[in-house]
Amino acid sequence: MAEFKLKIRRYDPESGAAPYWDEHTVDLEPHRSVLEGILQARNEKDGSIGVRCSCRAAICGSCGVRVNGKPGLACHTHLDDALASAGEDGVIEVEPMGNMPIIKDLIVDMDAVHWKKIQRVTPWLIGKEPVPEREYIVSRESMIDVTQSMACIQCGACVSDCLSMEVDPLFVGPAALAKTYRFVGDPRDAAHEQRLKDLGEDKHGIYDCTHCFKCIEACPKGVAPMNQIMRLRRIAGNDFHIKDRNNGERHEMAFVNNIEKNGILHEADLLPDSYGGKFHPRAVPELIASLPIVVTALLRRKMTPGKALLHPHKAPDGVKRIFEVVEGREERTEFNLYISGTDADNAPNPEVAEAIEAAEPAGVAPDGSEGSSA
Amino acid sequence: MPAYDVLIIGAGLAGQRAALAAAKTGATVAILSKVHPVRSHSVAAAGGINAAINPLDDWRSHAYDTIKGSDFLGDQDAIEIMCREAPAEVMWLEHAGVTFHRNEKGEMDLRAFGGASTKRTAYVADITGQALLHVLYEQLMKYHEVIDRFEEWFVTSLIKSDEGECVGAVAREIRSGKMESFSAKSVILASGGAGQCFQPTTNALICTGDGIAQAYQAGAPLMDMEMIQYHPTTLAENGFLITEGARGEGAHLLNSEGERFMEKYAPNKMELASRDVVSRAEQTEILEGRGVGPDKQGIYLDITVVPRKRTLEALREIVNIGKDFAGVDITREPIIIQPGMHYIMGGVKTDINGATPLEGLYAAGEVACVSVHGGNRLGANSLLDTLIFGRRSGEHAAERALAMKMPTVSDDQLGKDREMIAEILARPKTGRRVSEIKHELGTTMNRYAAVYRDEAGLQSAHEIVRRLKEEAKTAYVDDKGAVFNQDVLGAIELDYMLDCSETIVMAALERKESRGAQFRTDFPERNDAEWLKHINVSRNGGDVPTLSYSEVTITDWQPEARTY
Repeated sequence: MAEFKLKIRRYDPESGAAPYWDEHTVDLEPHRSVLEGILQARNEKDGSIGVRCSCRAAICGSCGVRVNGKPGLACHTHLDDALASAGEDGVIEVEPMGNMPIIKDLIVDMDAVHWKKIQRVTPWLIGKEPVPEREYIVSRESMIDVTQSMACIQCGACVSDCLSMEVDPLFVGPAALAKTYRFVGDPRDAAHEQRLKDLGEDKHGIYDCTHCFKCIEACPKGVAPMNQIMRLRRIAGNDFHIKDRNNGERHEMAFVNNIEKNGILHEADLLPDSYGGKFHPRAVPELIASLPIVVTALLRRKMTPGKALLHPHKAPDGVKRIFEVVEGREERTEFNLYISGTDADNAPNPEVAEAIEAAEPAGVAPDGSEGSSA
Repeated sequence: MPAYDVLIIGAGLAGQRAALAAAKTGATVAILSKVHPVRSHSVAAAGGINAAINPLDDWRSHAYDTIKGSDFLGDQDAIEIMCREAPAEVMWLEHAGVTFHRNEKGEMDLRAFGGASTKRTAYVADITGQALLHVLYEQLMKYHEVIDRFEEWFVTSLIKSDEGECVGAVAREIRSGKMESFSAKSVILASGGAGQCFQPTTNALICTGDGIAQAYQAGAPLMDMEMIQYHPTTLAENGFLITEGARGEGAHLLNSEGERFMEKYAPNKMELASRDVVSRAEQTEILEGRGVGPDKQGIYLDITVVPRKRTLEALREIVNIGKDFAGVDITREPIIIQPGMHYIMGGVKTDINGATPLEGLYAAGEVACVSVHGGNRLGANSLLDTLIFGRRSGEHAAERALAMKMPTVSDDQLGKDREMIAEILARPKTGRRVSEIKHELGTTMNRYAAVYRDEAGLQSAHEIVRRLKEEAKTAYVDDKGAVFNQDVLGAIELDYMLDCSETIVMAALERKESRGAQFRTDFPERNDAEWLKHINVSRNGGDVPTLSYSEVTITDWQPEARTY
């Protein structure tokens, strides 16, 4: 047993008082969870501490909180890990999640934000017709693939720290878009194109994400919402050629072409290319509108006239080869948590596996292939 | 006062399935739950759902396995219905969007499970319950215009009319503390089991027997309450569930001598015998000194014999549980498990349509006892039970409702429940803490009403439960507020758990034989001549439960010796 100091953010809506910190010392094994710490305080000291919780095993998704400023499940955060990320005073801080209104203590209003956004994405299967008598016949991989987004437990940790949502509260957001992939990736769904068109044309849809990776870090179940959003974009652009009015698809392509040409990002081209090129009628007003930013960039030496007009850097052969290989593939390879490992992993004997690990650098199997791949 | 044709209490799989079925008939439907529906404990079911969908399989074989698994205490008419309707139900789920694992041909894949004579369990990795629950909730969102959801509403009582029919419920909106009467033509209880009566348990903190106790208090009989399932593989560390799917994929159980000891107890089915058989075998090994771990109270579950790629793909959740909660990579080393309280076979007595003897009240899922599980439930039959009898009770409750007019409901019960809560809030700090009483109850039940039981132990459990019932009357709460007062709800839940525990202990004392999950060391044999019958417990208006019996329905399968 060891003592841990927990500082819980309290708020009582009936008192009229502002939120405050409430410190408790709990006595638990270090590998026990922050939730168990909170419950010990509640059971033994103060029954009024408000926290939603149920399964204690990271499956029901009730106990989303922020521990030392990071979102996650209280039941899925060990006390010793939480102590390691605590401040110098060694006190573990537990706060309610962000981006959602607080009801009481650690309890936030998920209906007001999270569930509204889920309801926004038509969150049910629109099955292909005719409905078969038995099951739909679909590939094994396709079902394992959508299992990654199906693994979402709707805890709201990704929503809590979504930076895009902080700026644009109307952003559909990581959880609802991961839910969308669960249908767009499902071969039984008949509405892939409509779903993507809907969320591509929506100003707050798939192109509103800024790739900050916060949701991937936050997710306790490995759903990797941002990856699912990027897959929605790739399917929208590459497979359905949906040219949205937000210019999202062109902007994506501008990035890809820019890298293919320059090897590194040549920012001056990005804006005009996103609108069809420097001389495209649509690009002109955008370019004019961006002039203040260009001037600021020049003044702060983030950009020089030479860099802006010339292309000093050309893509090296390595980058070209990456494009050749990836674009030459018949099917797009996507990363997925559930489809992992190689046949070498089928070696059942742990001693053999350990011997292999000892002999080879981590993650590389004897045949030289990667230890885990898409 | 909100009024509905059908009011459903509980929004796990049984409740949600009932809501969808009832709404389909055109009835007005409300579903009410003390947690958001996707937090319901159905989410934790891991391994899968049984159905004879393989053309070479037969629902009769599924029925026989279930009956044998129940140690012949299951009602065979109900079991026949469940197994016959299972394939169509699973196809309905598939069409609704459940991402069932496929084989190389793109058809639904099936995995082996305990007590089954063939591979019969459809699954989604090891998050089957989660996948089902979330897909059903997708359907509730789809049909949000015809099914009203009351999420985070806590039921305090069922309402009875002067004629003695169930005509609604009183509930508290947790977020505001507002109390409300709901009137309904039919009420369906789907509020799950009572695992929290035991500590440790695989069950979530919300599984406090609310529905079982509410029905009992309203006068409905409970049945098979003595039948408590101990799951063979719960994490020794903290009681978390390790899915039977692990053994279905081929994992071994080993004692301290490295022996696959199931050879001695179930030479044919080995690790895949019925859960009661495996749990008893483990407990025997532990009692005879062949346990493993620091206090020799565990058994090794060796998953390293399963190909690693398969484990990562099909048992991902327990890979995570091993890593996060026990610090063990289950693909590389065995993990220490032990039998742990998991499921209650008993519950509110119902017929094959979910109707309880209390007119107007239905029950489905773990709260109910149809009885399809009898003395021991087979793995992957609980999800099936929730769906089949959830649907059937939804249909029948709606049918009944559509043929009658809305009852007039008074606010008498609402007034009583308001007073009850005010009384709890007003208790002085002289009594014991709710959490303290709950802890004593849980450890008592786990000590005396566990895998092995005897008269003396059950008697002490009974005395302790009676004492705790008295102490609970003065248990105080810290939170005096209205908004999200979980403290006061905890005190009400404690009363629910005490009622459930008392009936469990009384039924276990009554059954003087060993059958299914009930093993009496003082009566070690099954005794069909005297005990091939259900034990019913009802309150009948008084505080002391009264016992009675009902017959086991036998159709085609006569009781026989049970070996695996």
